[in-house]
Amino acid sequence: MLQFILKRICVMLITAACLTFIVFFLTNLFPNLEKLAKNQGNIRMTDDAVISWLDKRGYSQNIFKKYGEWLGVLPSLKVVDDKGQAYSRCSRPSIPASEASDFCGLLQGNMGFSSVFKDEVSAIISKRLSLTAYLMMAVLSVMIPMALAVGVISGMREGSRTDRTLSTFSIATTATPEYVSGVIFIVIFASSKTGLSPFFAEWGWIDGRTIVKGSAASAMDNITFRNFALPVMALALYGMGYIARMTRASMAEVMTAQYIRTARLKGVKFSTIVFKHALRNALIAPFTVIMLQIPWLLTGVVIVETMFNYKGFGWSLVQAADNNDIQLLLGISVIAVFVVLVTQLISDIGYAFLNPRIRVS
Amino acid sequence: MEPLTSFNIFTNIVSQFWVVWLGIILVFLISIRTKRSTGLYGKLFDSPIGMTGFVLVLFWVLTALFADLIMTHNPLDQVSGMKNKVPGTPLRGATENDYQWYLLGGDHLARDVFSRVIAGSRIVLKIAPLATLFAFMVGITLGLPAGYFGKKIDTTLSFLANLILAFPVILLFYLLVTPEIIETGLPKYLAGVMFLIPILFMLLLWQSRFHIRPKVRNKFMLWTLLVGGWIYLGAAFNADPLVIIRNLFYGPEVEWSLFPKGLVYMQPNILIVFVSVVFVNSPTVFRIVRGMTMDIQTRDYVAAAQTRGETPWYIMLWEILPNARGPLIVDFCLRIGYTIILLGTLGFFGLGLESESPDWGTTINSGRKLLSIYTHPALPPALSLMSLVLGLNLLADGLREQSLKD
Repeated sequence: MLQFILKRICVMLITAACLTFIVFFLTNLFPNLEKLAKNQGNIRMTDDAVISWLDKRGYSQNIFKKYGEWLGVLPSLKVVDDKGQAYSRCSRPSIPASEASDFCGLLQGNMGFSSVFKDEVSAIISKRLSLTAYLMMAVLSVMIPMALAVGVISGMREGSRTDRTLSTFSIATTATPEYVSGVIFIVIFASSKTGLSPFFAEWGWIDGRTIVKGSAASAMDNITFRNFALPVMALALYGMGYIARMTRASMAEVMTAQYIRTARLKGVKFSTIVFKHALRNALIAPFTVIMLQIPWLLTGVVIVETMFNYKGFGWSLVQAADNNDIQLLLGISVIAVFVVLVTQLISDIGYAFLNPRIRVS
Repeated sequence: MEPLTSFNIFTNIVSQFWVVWLGIILVFLISIRTKRSTGLYGKLFDSPIGMTGFVLVLFWVLTALFADLIMTHNPLDQVSGMKNKVPGTPLRGATENDYQWYLLGGDHLARDVFSRVIAGSRIVLKIAPLATLFAFMVGITLGLPAGYFGKKIDTTLSFLANLILAFPVILLFYLLVTPEIIETGLPKYLAGVMFLIPILFMLLLWQSRFHIRPKVRNKFMLWTLLVGGWIYLGAAFNADPLVIIRNLFYGPEVEWSLFPKGLVYMQPNILIVFVSVVFVNSPTVFRIVRGMTMDIQTRDYVAAAQTRGETPWYIMLWEILPNARGPLIVDFCLRIGYTIILLGTLGFFGLGLESESPDWGTTINSGRKLLSIYTHPALPPALSLMSLVLGLNLLADGLREQSLKD
């Protein structure tokens, strides 16, 4: 088991190195750097001025050298120009280049300085990530019980009318991406002119003009049902269909197993069979699916945060990419890749651990 | 002109789609008549879920085909005074020949929402199935040898596939689908490699089957190279041979009314959308094909072919692949749906496609900003996208159910 985990971690580290290099390469292409120079320096810079701006800050070096500096395994280049002004990628508004340390990379815990937000990337990311963590927790706590319940109920009597209805429902949820369900939910619940809100307001059932809010901006300070319900529902709905279908398939398979038949013939109550005998074995497969669903939620988070104006991790990804904030985008990519790889690792190890039929050696 | 009532809006929309209803009825009449002789397709009409899915998909396919007949206005025309107008508003300053109303209202730039949704279906159904097909070609061509030979090929290809799969889709889009990347020419090179694979696939197909009959093989190969090469040059490098020959003889200044940009032409921003969608989809297809190849190659008929002394590519393409078709067809339907969702995501973030493009993602994006006040511009494209993807998912479910029956 230990050998298996170590091997998986090695592969994961190699993958992480490759992926971060690809991201680094794509964000450091010349047109991006040119745009950065013009944004930071002067929008009407000549081509020569752009080159010299990039030279001074070490952007014109070999891509592998730059990647090494960013990782923190190579010392950062320090340039002193003819006017005696020193430049280093480790300098900050508060730390002049002459006093900056030689190594400032990912391994030193330094993710760089955001050119748009004018702050340390690590500080921005930790703030945004904690906001997104609330969203994810809410989504998972709605999505997983719902998905498992739907899956188990439809899988325990395969082919019944309940099964058909619930299966069609889960197919429908997988056809409704967040930007579609978001629009539909806002129209039904958060518009003062259409949907249910005008009736509810007329009957005096709700205080405001709409049932829930169409924006989650106020949830950043104080989470309430009114401002958080729609983003959570939009995310949970799209994710749950797939988990429900996997649970259903797994449950249906278990229900045809010999030991379940034996239990039924012995005259054990149906509910006891489902809860005591079937459920434990049926939940192994959904575990993997749930873990693998987390990176998938990442795209959804970006959509939902943009749509409902919740300024979390996904929102900062969009801001970083739209404003060509190279350091922030790199930092965000590292976190995103890390989340994906760790969840993959956990799902692999967990599957091997939970399922006695899998032997890892 | 009076504004239309809800009932009139409904009847007018239904009558606007007459061509589609006619098409659906015809297809169903013919299909049900011949359902005993059309194999899996015919069995689809025994399953209510599959049939529902088929109707939804057929509806949108026919809509995209006959979009010119269904659209009431030009999807890009802005008519003054029609900004954010509610559904059923009479067209201001309409002449005799114009359609008299904006059936589903006007959007924030005073364009007709109804016509834009119809025009959007054409864009979506042009890109999504084709991109999925390419992803399948790439996934099959790489997945077969990985599963069949195993060892180093498998390790390398699987590592690469896992690398792409570990990339969050949205990050990949934001890194790959930008004007800066188009400027560097990277999509062209990616397309150059990726579009080569289907041609390679076809050539391998002919070579493995007909290598003992060189005349037949050469005929097939020549046609593949001619047609495939033409499309390849036009799509990937924007170098349609027709344009090149014209330029050679008449110079680039001459304006041509017939095929001004050649027979095959892809806008650079559509190309990058296409490439990135293929890029995201092919690793998953690769994994499915690889898994099935590993499973099928233990069968007796593969062993028989090996004993006959068939070449590995013959076994892969003519023995293993046809026997893997069932799950692949089901996954193809599901994957078109997923590709449509991906295209919508790209449109939602304004990546790749032009901001005035009527595709559904872009329309949802422009409609969502005023969503709490004006709900009519964003809702129709959202429901359209949902119904099409739902149709594809139901179709896949019906196909799976029916193919498991035998």
